[in-house]
Amino acid sequence: MIKIVKRDQPSRAIFFLTPILAIFLTLVAGGLIFYILGFKPFEALKFFFIVPIADKYGFSELLLKATPLCLIAIGLSFCFKSNNWNIGAEGQLTFGAIVSGGVALLFYEQEGFYILPIVILAGAIGGMLYASIPAILKTYFNTNEILVSLMLVYVSKLILDYLVVGPWSNPEGFNFPETRQFSDSARLPLLFEGLRIHAGIFLALAAVVISWFVFYKTYLGFQMKVSGFSLKTAKYAGYKGKKMIILVFLISGACAGLAGVGEITGPIGQLHREVSPDYGFTAIIVAFLGRLHPVGIIFASLVVAITYLGAETAQIFMQIPKYTGQVFQGMILFFLLASDYLLFFKFKFISSKK
Amino acid sequence: MHKFFIRSFVSSLVLLFTFTVAAIAKDVKAAFVYIGPTGDHGWTYQHDVGRKAVEAAGFKTTYVEGVPESADAERVLRQLANSGHDVIFTTSFGYMNPTNKVAKEFPNVKFEHATGYKREHPNVSTYAARFYEGRTILGTIAGTMTKSNVIGYVASFPIPEVIRGINSFTLAAQKVNPNIKTKIVWAFTWYDPGKEAEAAKALIDQGADVIAQHTDSTAIVQIAEKAGVYAFGQASDMDKFAPKAVLTSVENNWGPYYVDRVKAVANGTWSQKDTWHGIGDGMVVISDLDSQMPADLRSKVKKLQADLASGKVHSFTGPIYDQKGNLMVAEGKTADDGMLAGMMTYVKGVEGDIPK
Repeated sequence: MIKIVKRDQPSRAIFFLTPILAIFLTLVAGGLIFYILGFKPFEALKFFFIVPIADKYGFSELLLKATPLCLIAIGLSFCFKSNNWNIGAEGQLTFGAIVSGGVALLFYEQEGFYILPIVILAGAIGGMLYASIPAILKTYFNTNEILVSLMLVYVSKLILDYLVVGPWSNPEGFNFPETRQFSDSARLPLLFEGLRIHAGIFLALAAVVISWFVFYKTYLGFQMKVSGFSLKTAKYAGYKGKKMIILVFLISGACAGLAGVGEITGPIGQLHREVSPDYGFTAIIVAFLGRLHPVGIIFASLVVAITYLGAETAQIFMQIPKYTGQVFQGMILFFLLASDYLLFFKFKFISSKK
Repeated sequence: MHKFFIRSFVSSLVLLFTFTVAAIAKDVKAAFVYIGPTGDHGWTYQHDVGRKAVEAAGFKTTYVEGVPESADAERVLRQLANSGHDVIFTTSFGYMNPTNKVAKEFPNVKFEHATGYKREHPNVSTYAARFYEGRTILGTIAGTMTKSNVIGYVASFPIPEVIRGINSFTLAAQKVNPNIKTKIVWAFTWYDPGKEAEAAKALIDQGADVIAQHTDSTAIVQIAEKAGVYAFGQASDMDKFAPKAVLTSVENNWGPYYVDRVKAVANGTWSQKDTWHGIGDGMVVISDLDSQMPADLRSKVKKLQADLASGKVHSFTGPIYDQKGNLMVAEGKTADDGMLAGMMTYVKGVEGDIPK
């Protein structure tokens, strides 16, 4: 007989094993779906997860895709660790892209080493400004940051729409909704000739290192952890809650803003309506799959990035609908949340002999 | 390390190059990149109908749907160019820059970009359809069928393509009914059933009893069906979604062009072109006319269709005035393609301003 028993303490081993279990279950369920749809499951999984990164170009594309996901997820982990539910990274990314794109357009057809740092900084500031709105509303007016940050996503997209359709649209572009292309000095340098992977990856890696240091080596990290476990305890310990809320939102916004900079000054090179294919939302999955741990987030961003690439390859070579990529992302999150059950409960085998 | 990367990259390019050359000699493979799902019953659906025509003509095809116009488009294009495709059709405006960028790297692959204006490399062609000719037909029908003299028009983006459609539609409607007004709602989307439905409802509330659309979903005709007003199908024949409301549809018929171009690649006769085909070349097709339309209107429309096809009638024949009453096209003249391509002013009879 099997009995379900509550654990005395959440299991630490299970905590880090469940993401792997979730990925495994996703592969099994994915294979099953492919089988039901009439595709050979192993071949389909091969085209989904191996073929896209089998060569150097594919691997560079994986890193390119994982960079914004990793950067945003690192930022979000500051918020999520301290019980602040910033759902609006997509809006902070968009607003960061708007501000840095605007600055890049100011330097149109100008060259100079000083341009790129200004453009990058502008993006971080844009993301921070946008993230400060839900933070300030939460701390001073007690609003729900989930709703405010989420709604602001749509506002930011409308602002971007307005700008690229109207005042910022390319004067030579027949009014199509896009800006001029940025000058080379406003573009992130490419790391290898012929590949799209750009210097933005160093921003993501820096964020990983800094976040690790803050989380595990500073008093602030400790405060965040305590607030995450219990807000009351944090208050009792005399932590300045308001200051921390604003700080984690600013960090998160800066990371999302930088991800936006990476997209527009990296592969895209201009502002248009589709700066990000919802990286800000997908990064939420990445943050949780990585267990809000900097190293975990690196791996999680690679896993999730490959679902994007794999979906394209599977459609090109096997005519599998591309939207299965989103199904995979959904399944990963679903299985992760479901297997979190094991954190708090365990199965006990009881012999039924009398 | 760096050198190693470059060297192996170059060698893999050379390898691919020989591979591609070998592939051309055997059989031609065409790829299609879509902005939406193939089941949208609008823009992408019709491109996929065109792709199936290419298959039926005996060529292999591949497609990738739902490719965002973000950084992802370039990767999909490169992957298609890299995997033995000889001609790639990119079917949304936002693919313009990625198409030209990837075309530069793959001089042996042909690229065909829909609705754009950049042909930076000899292996890039552009193509579009003269949808405004179809809108002349719709305007004629709308002007005749309206009782309230208010015609609603759900528009997508204030680009020449859309402004041209509004103008062509309004001019034709005025010709049969000088009292009509065209009210525009800008949805700022090509495909968003929710937003499109809201726009249609707003127009019906303002008294419109015929709704035209320059967005792709079937939401508008379905709203029109419920409200008991007339509407027109966009891109594909939408009659089955709203049998009472839909009077006719303007269908995008890409098949003949696609087959033509893929054959040209196979024969080695492909060359850079800027194609702009209308009713005459069969790229714009008018669906069956609904029986609710009076018989004389139906025969009038049939004749107009034939005249547009033969070139006897042009959608933009003077005198045409803008909203302020300034002359745009003089009497007896027709607007040239240059004017049509850059059209950014409303004609008289359109209400409101173009969003800036």
